[in-house]
Amino acid sequence: MPEKTIILEAKDITKQFPGVLANDHVDFNLRHGEIHALLGENGAGKTTLMNVLYGLYKPDSGQVSVNGQPIVIHSPKDSIQAGIGMVHQHFMLIPVFSVAENIMLGDETLRYGFVLDQKSVVKRVRELSKQYSLDVDPEAITGELPVGIQQRVEIVKALYRNARILILDEPTAVLTPQEADDLFVIMRELTSRGVSIVFITHKLKEVLAIADRITVMRGGQVVGTVKPKETNEAKLAAMMVGREVILTVEKESANPAGEILKVDALKVRDFRGQEIVHGVSFEIRAGEVLGIAGVQGNGQTELVEALTGLRSVVGGRMWFSGKDMTGKSPRPVTETGMAHIPEDRQRHGLVLSFPVADNLVLNTYYRSPFGIWGVMIPQAIDANARKLIEDFDVRTPSPYVPVKKLSGGNQQKVIVARELSHNVKLIIANQPTRGLDVGSIEYIHKEIIIMRDRGVAVLLVSAELDEIMALSDRIAVMYRGQIVTTVEAATATREQLGLWMAGAHPEQ
Amino acid sequence: MNWKRFGFIALIIVILFGAVVLVGSVRQEPILIIASMLASTITVATPLTLGALSGIYCERSGVVNIGIEGMMLTAAFFGWLGSIYMNSIFGFDKMPSLIIGVLVAILSSVLMALLHAILSITYKVDQIIGGTVINILALGVTGFLNRQLFFEKGSIFGGNVPHAPGTLPIVHIPAQEAVSAICGWTGNSENCQLVAKAVGQVFDQQPITIAAILLVIVTHFVLFKTRWGLRTRSVGEHPRAADTVGINVIFMRYANVLIGGVMAGLGGAYFTLESVPSFEPGMTNGRGFISLAAMIFGNWTPFGAWAASLVFGAAQALQINMQLYRESIPAQWAFLQSSYVVGMVPYILTMLILTGIIGKTISPAADGQPYEK
Amino acid sequence: MLVYVLGFLGAVLLGTLAIVFFAVLAGKGKGTGQKSVIPPSAGSPLPTPSSAPTRYTFKSIIFSAVDSLLVPLLAVLTAILLGGIVIAVVGGDPFAAYKGLIQGAFGSAKALSETGVWATPYIFAGLAVAVAFKGGLFNIGAEGQLALGAVVAALIGYALPGWLGFDLPAIIHIPLAIGLGALMGALWAAIPGFLKAYTGGHEVINTIMMNYIALNITSFLMNGPMKDPSPTNVIARTPAIAESARIAPLFEGFRVHWGFILALLVAVLIWLLLQKTTFGFEIRMVGSNPDAAKYAGINVKRTIVLTMALSGLLAGLAGAIEVTALNYRHELGFSMGYGFDAIAIALLGKTNPFGVVIAAILFGAMRNGATRMQFLTMIPVDVISIIQALILLFVAADAIIRYIYRIKARGERVTLTRGWGG
Repeated sequence: MPEKTIILEAKDITKQFPGVLANDHVDFNLRHGEIHALLGENGAGKTTLMNVLYGLYKPDSGQVSVNGQPIVIHSPKDSIQAGIGMVHQHFMLIPVFSVAENIMLGDETLRYGFVLDQKSVVKRVRELSKQYSLDVDPEAITGELPVGIQQRVEIVKALYRNARILILDEPTAVLTPQEADDLFVIMRELTSRGVSIVFITHKLKEVLAIADRITVMRGGQVVGTVKPKETNEAKLAAMMVGREVILTVEKESANPAGEILKVDALKVRDFRGQEIVHGVSFEIRAGEVLGIAGVQGNGQTELVEALTGLRSVVGGRMWFSGKDMTGKSPRPVTETGMAHIPEDRQRHGLVLSFPVADNLVLNTYYRSPFGIWGVMIPQAIDANARKLIEDFDVRTPSPYVPVKKLSGGNQQKVIVARELSHNVKLIIANQPTRGLDVGSIEYIHKEIIIMRDRGVAVLLVSAELDEIMALSDRIAVMYRGQIVTTVEAATATREQLGLWMAGAHPEQ
Repeated sequence: MNWKRFGFIALIIVILFGAVVLVGSVRQEPILIIASMLASTITVATPLTLGALSGIYCERSGVVNIGIEGMMLTAAFFGWLGSIYMNSIFGFDKMPSLIIGVLVAILSSVLMALLHAILSITYKVDQIIGGTVINILALGVTGFLNRQLFFEKGSIFGGNVPHAPGTLPIVHIPAQEAVSAICGWTGNSENCQLVAKAVGQVFDQQPITIAAILLVIVTHFVLFKTRWGLRTRSVGEHPRAADTVGINVIFMRYANVLIGGVMAGLGGAYFTLESVPSFEPGMTNGRGFISLAAMIFGNWTPFGAWAASLVFGAAQALQINMQLYRESIPAQWAFLQSSYVVGMVPYILTMLILTGIIGKTISPAADGQPYEK
Repeated sequence: MLVYVLGFLGAVLLGTLAIVFFAVLAGKGKGTGQKSVIPPSAGSPLPTPSSAPTRYTFKSIIFSAVDSLLVPLLAVLTAILLGGIVIAVVGGDPFAAYKGLIQGAFGSAKALSETGVWATPYIFAGLAVAVAFKGGLFNIGAEGQLALGAVVAALIGYALPGWLGFDLPAIIHIPLAIGLGALMGALWAAIPGFLKAYTGGHEVINTIMMNYIALNITSFLMNGPMKDPSPTNVIARTPAIAESARIAPLFEGFRVHWGFILALLVAVLIWLLLQKTTFGFEIRMVGSNPDAAKYAGINVKRTIVLTMALSGLLAGLAGAIEVTALNYRHELGFSMGYGFDAIAIALLGKTNPFGVVIAAILFGAMRNGATRMQFLTMIPVDVISIIQALILLFVAADAIIRYIYRIKARGERVTLTRGWGG
């Protein structure tokens, strides 16, 4: 089969941010009608490259050409003109707008030169939606749609602007395995109609399943471009990280002891006041990891917040370490021995403007030896900081730099160090490795297993099925605020879990 | 705007109107009292409405503006100054002087808005601090110039305040005549003529008040039916999304803050060119802040904000009308005779509304956040 | 005795001027050729270690002190320069005006005493606003809290002996008047704090509304129940407070009083509270990241209410001291303008208690000197308001000052307030 023509080419792209060389002489090309995967860890420079192509960043040097013609991209307008469309990882949709309003924004159809012509846009969106079998209702309010549909709105938005090149940035991060499969069908449909796709991801299985070519990036540079047939997961992982990576977490089988946490028919409301956790029951024993699998937004966040005392409980009970802790505030819960690695580490886990040392006593500052009679004891705080920085290998120039100056991985280590340093019976870890580099992920996984082997109970919530399967001893699947089923990790399969996460009933 | 909120607005207005009618009915026909309350409600709601519209333009585009108070004060002073200069120094007639005064008021407020835009959009200064700067600067500049220009040098007392050309005249809308005519066809009863008189009283308003009501309608149309409105709302909700489709976030924000300046300028002109023909330091008396509360209560929509402004207007109208019937207040309610006691009502009402007990509202998602590329 | 005090104050003044001078020189020197070259470190997301302090040396302390003083000082100088232009534009002589200003502020023992008199309420009120800022709250209501604190202090001052039927000793009467006045301020500020914590009503609007309500209340009281009944009185004021409720002046023949010393003491206490106690840690944590504070087990709502109460306590103290140590009565309207001045002082002092003291003395000196300036040059005292607004403008938008004087930005932007959503 002859090679197809190159439709998009980036040559020698260099882009520098303060302290980071995000793209270092990067070359990349995309052929007509292909799916070209761009693979790399967080911080490898994939998103920077795509933002250069889309005109959101100006490269320090290098040249982009479309259909062989060099183009100068100053702003997204230019790339839209050149037929490039982008679906961002965090959707660029306005929740309170209708789908049609979102799609027309920036490219509005007008009457009398200034009045919006909603009708013709709605009609055009219906046509596009039908043509590519995307099933999008132009009159729905965007924020009320499920994420999978919102993603399609983004695709329609690009097609509405006559995009022939589509950049998808981590599109499967928010989808169930089944929704991801649906997306792949749509991607094939699009390429068969002459659209070319750049598919950015860090998931190895996906690129092998869908891509025509795979370009791997690491540390701002292109490591190489391969075809799926010529490679496998282990080889790709090695290219991505720069060394051999053990893809599985090594662990002995668990030795569960007595019950640490028991949850009975817990009901929780979300921030809008609607019930989002509908009577969840489970228990965790000392020395085991219970993984909660599920697509984001099925009540996991609210469940964890209720367990840790951040959110009030509407119904049901929970017992922790033999005591009824229903509706207790965070302080008594922490004092009883619960450690919480929060989902949003910058929002809940850290005070970014405070020094590392203060962040290491964020929830113990009032207790001896850090606080005595309401007075802070700097010597104790300093000693604690130096010990934890050493023990947990936190890379920081000093205990007194603001924690915001640390990298994401080291910020997470600060939280882990703090939470695991006091007397712990239960660890609740919500998305503990999201957005981290492989080294940090490995470290945190190892710590979780070490704690488990010491007889600590662990509740692991993650949207990454691989992480759940690697660490858990038992897996509970959460869907629409309920635990659909709980299975032994040893007997669970990806496919089966994926089906349950998408709402299939275990008996069927 | 849900029914709960409309119900609340109606309830407050009924209570406030009812209080005045109860007190005044000994000396005046109830319908005329209601008409007088209604007329003054609409009138005193004018700066609140315009201030709220100013806030809507700013905040819908993502810029919090607590400097509206200062912008109105600036406009009130310079508009007044402009009309005086035109009238007594350049010798223009009353009307041209006043119209130029309004334009000067708008211009000065737009300059203040420009300062706020530079601070909050370009220099990314904390927007509430930026608004406070505007408020303090306005107090300082108007206070200084007022004393420097209009009082005998170096003396606080005994100045030579020049003669201001007066206030904008009432725009006569022949509502009374219309109702009167209908009365003529239907038997011409005395009660019907009374209604006609009352209607006439309500409809006789001055130009800025009428403009404010028209601007509520225009703003609604602009915000929800035009390209400008769609783009304005998009930069206030999710500026990055707007940027990715080629909308110039910085330009949209600047432009809307300046439009907000026009609204606040007109609102300021109300004080010295429509309400009274004189200036006092700090005469806006917190109206700019109350209008922000009206904007919040109205859920950042023009009609909602107008309705909320009318509530505050009614509270102020209470104060004005109570003074008219001061002697009729029964002895056990004597404390109501004090204008200070009645004068607190709008402020207490503002705080009550902000508690959200009448329903929470949701601000534009990116309100108050500077946009960083 | 007096000579020593004056000598001391003069030395402090000279020292300040010297710092200004060297700071300007340092700023000019540092500013040239500032292009911020960052070595490409191959995509390493780690921070560059050079930017972080490892140990506090004498040199680094001096350097960071100069650096943190630089922008506020240049802001003040630029504002004074622009104020001079304003004076020239309206036909005044800026040099004569500023000469009068400095004379009036520092020119004599009496002038220094008066500067201290002016600075006293500014220190308290500036601390009030600064404490609120530390807790993530914007208290625009210091004026109302101050006014009501003064009302209560005056009431206790003139009426309490009558209610009790016997005279109180000063050692009880003074603390009672001051304490209850401060408490009134705390209660008044706790209301918007409570509304913020439990209903989400934004404190900026609520504190302003409380100012107007306080103004109405004091107007009502001064014109009615609490009006000075003496037959010669025509103005809205209370009767004079009893001798036993009066705080003595520091020196015979001067008006500067022990309240000034108390203000300095309170500044130290507030610094200790914020930096060295767990409650201060809680205030700062709630101010920096309320979500993390909740996660850390802090009762965020209670902390918000207490922070506002503390803020109001300080503002109320300002009012109570003014009544008991200076005016010996409450006269309607004396509190006007303190609220906004306090915001400018807190921001100029970078919300640091010691910075607030310096800023308050500067503002006190300007207000005090302005009277002499007006007397000598016929420039209205209101020009000071413009200068103060400009100072605030340049302190808030320090990017402007950094641009004018080409100073490299150091440190991070601090979020002081949040929008309506929070």
